[in-house]
Amino acid sequence: MSMLVLEDVHTHYGKIEALHGVSVEVNQGEIVSLIGANGAGKTTLLMTVCGMPQASAGRVILEGRDITNEPTAQIMRSGLAIVPEGRRIFSGLTVEENLHMGGFFNTKSEIRKSQTHVYELFPRLKEREHQRAGTMSGGEQQMLAIGRALMSRPNMIILDEPSLGLAPLVIKQIFEIIGHLRDEGITVFLVEQNAHQALHLADRGYVLETGKIRLHDTGKNLLENPDVQNAYLGG
Amino acid sequence: MAANNLRHALFCAVVTLIISIPILGLNLEAEGINIILTGAKTSTYIAIVLAAIAVFVFQAYRDSIMGLLGKLPNLNPLADKEPMEQSKRAKLESWILTGIIVLALFWPFVVSRGSVDLATLVLIYVMLALGLNVVVGLAGLLDLGYVAFYAVGAYTFALLSQYTGISFWMALPIGALLAGLTGMTLGFPVLRLRGDYLAIVTLGFGEIIRILLNNWTTLTGGPNGIGGIPEPTLFGMEFGRRVKEEGNTSFHETFGIAYSGEHKVIFLYLIALVLAVITALIIRRFMRMPVGRAWEALREDEIAARSLGLSRTAVKLSAFTIGAFFAGFAGTVFASKQGFISPESFVFLESAIILAIVVLGGMGSQLGVILAAIAVTILPELAREFSEYRMLIFGAAMVLMMVWRPQGLLPMRRIHITLNKQE
Ligand SMILES: Nc1ncnc2c1ncn2[C@@H]1O[C@H](COP(=O)(O)OP(=O)(O)O)[C@@H](O)[C@H]1O
Ligand SMILES: [Mg+2]
Repeated sequence: MSMLVLEDVHTHYGKIEALHGVSVEVNQGEIVSLIGANGAGKTTLLMTVCGMPQASAGRVILEGRDITNEPTAQIMRSGLAIVPEGRRIFSGLTVEENLHMGGFFNTKSEIRKSQTHVYELFPRLKEREHQRAGTMSGGEQQMLAIGRALMSRPNMIILDEPSLGLAPLVIKQIFEIIGHLRDEGITVFLVEQNAHQALHLADRGYVLETGKIRLHDTGKNLLENPDVQNAYLGG
Repeated sequence: MAANNLRHALFCAVVTLIISIPILGLNLEAEGINIILTGAKTSTYIAIVLAAIAVFVFQAYRDSIMGLLGKLPNLNPLADKEPMEQSKRAKLESWILTGIIVLALFWPFVVSRGSVDLATLVLIYVMLALGLNVVVGLAGLLDLGYVAFYAVGAYTFALLSQYTGISFWMALPIGALLAGLTGMTLGFPVLRLRGDYLAIVTLGFGEIIRILLNNWTTLTGGPNGIGGIPEPTLFGMEFGRRVKEEGNTSFHETFGIAYSGEHKVIFLYLIALVLAVITALIIRRFMRMPVGRAWEALREDEIAARSLGLSRTAVKLSAFTIGAFFAGFAGTVFASKQGFISPESFVFLESAIILAIVVLGGMGSQLGVILAAIAVTILPELAREFSEYRMLIFGAAMVLMMVWRPQGLLPMRRIHITLNKQE
């Protein structure tokens, strides 16, 4: 069953078109990776799903519902969560307050449950529960960003370059967690420049080039594809 | 010292000369029907040159002087202390606030009538600053036209009393609601704006309201203002020597005490106190409610807040509306206290002063805002002997404050982080 479908989506920033008719499909329970160079439009694609900005043509369908013209607030309350590019945690708030913000529309008991769950996934966050989020290391902040997204108990989570600027060991940890999320039944849509690890983990993958889908295949096939190897895996 | 620095200092000195010579050194004097230009006394010129030299020296050695100023926090006994834990801090703040309120209750019975009057003004500013604190400190929306809502509250009461003879107690909720409504109406078009743009639009809005009040003479009386605004009554008892409205009784006759003008002043003060406390309590409540956390989230990071499903429109509008509501509250009290209002009372400087209180108080902390309101209202009064230098002293105090404690008196969250404390 399809979790998320993008049909021939065009997105504009003012007069400039950043996505020129993109079609992507993410099935329930999958990890789908989207790779592409800087400026290819990966972030734009994810943000279009969230409705900021909205697609100027085409359709975005989430769990069978057309959300193309829905306001962001409504989309983000319907089982979808995003870990935005650059983490965007609330640096002035404590770790716990950040998490609670993630469960803004949930009841108290739901929040307590999700919080325990997040602390199981990231024991580091539990240790730093009362620390101001802005004072943590990059890796910890990324864990917090993922934890915060999980607080709303989403069916699907979107991650925009979670490995950006992190040490290899931390990246490994983050990817392990992403794999674990899939095992829990959460559908994952992952955007990465770190193509090797992203495709390794993914069931299927897409390659985005200057606002167009260039290739799509299983993760394994893409890893072996000579074009992909040349362009994204360093030959 | 770099040559660059010297050149900059020289430039500043020359600018000082260029600005001060025409302003201070040249006088226009009326002689019969002609106006002639005369030079000032030699001493003035010497003073100007000295000022230019002072500017030069300061600019040339600016780094070392600012460095010295930067060391000032060492004089502050609290500077090296561990930031207090959030819950402990909140508790202490509540205790101090309660203390202040208890003190404030006894205050009017021990001081002069003038002091009580001034204290009422302080309380009005406390209400205003607490309201603006929601918009600027909590939601992070820079509003430079806040005085407009204050004016809406005041004029609502003034006009309603003039045309319908409404009482203070009826006007209070109506004025606040109308101000809140105005806040919401203004909120809609400016929602998409951020930072500087928002500041400019709200600034413009504040001016529009003032100009409207000034020019709509048939309704508002224009620059002549509106007078005869009634004072509050206590269960139908008036505080004047004679009863003005039919059906009311007078306070001093009911209690069989001699008439005293002080009763009225003290009563107004107590009303302002109660309303300020109510304002503080309601806003505290809001801060702990989800909407308060939503304000904070939006202030911290708009994109992140929206990605969590918060509606930017609803969150910003709520902050704007609630802030404006309390400005209307304060405006009604102000109109009642003065008995007369005119557009003069709602100029941009008022917005600036209220904003200064919020910034000085430390953006977000209620106790800080209250202390700052007291300081900002009372200091200029104490410095009245310096009359025209008042604003100068005020300005200098602000500059020093920003150098010494840029985060305000009592910031809501400590911005300082000691890196060596970690790990
Ligand atoms: N807010 C914006 N306004 C205008 N152009 C933008 C904006 N954000 C991104 N772009 C442009 O859209 C294109 C795609 O950017 P982006 O989606 O951020 O790429 P990626 O995430 O793949 O690095 C780039 O050419 C970029 O300059
Ligand atoms: Mg990107």
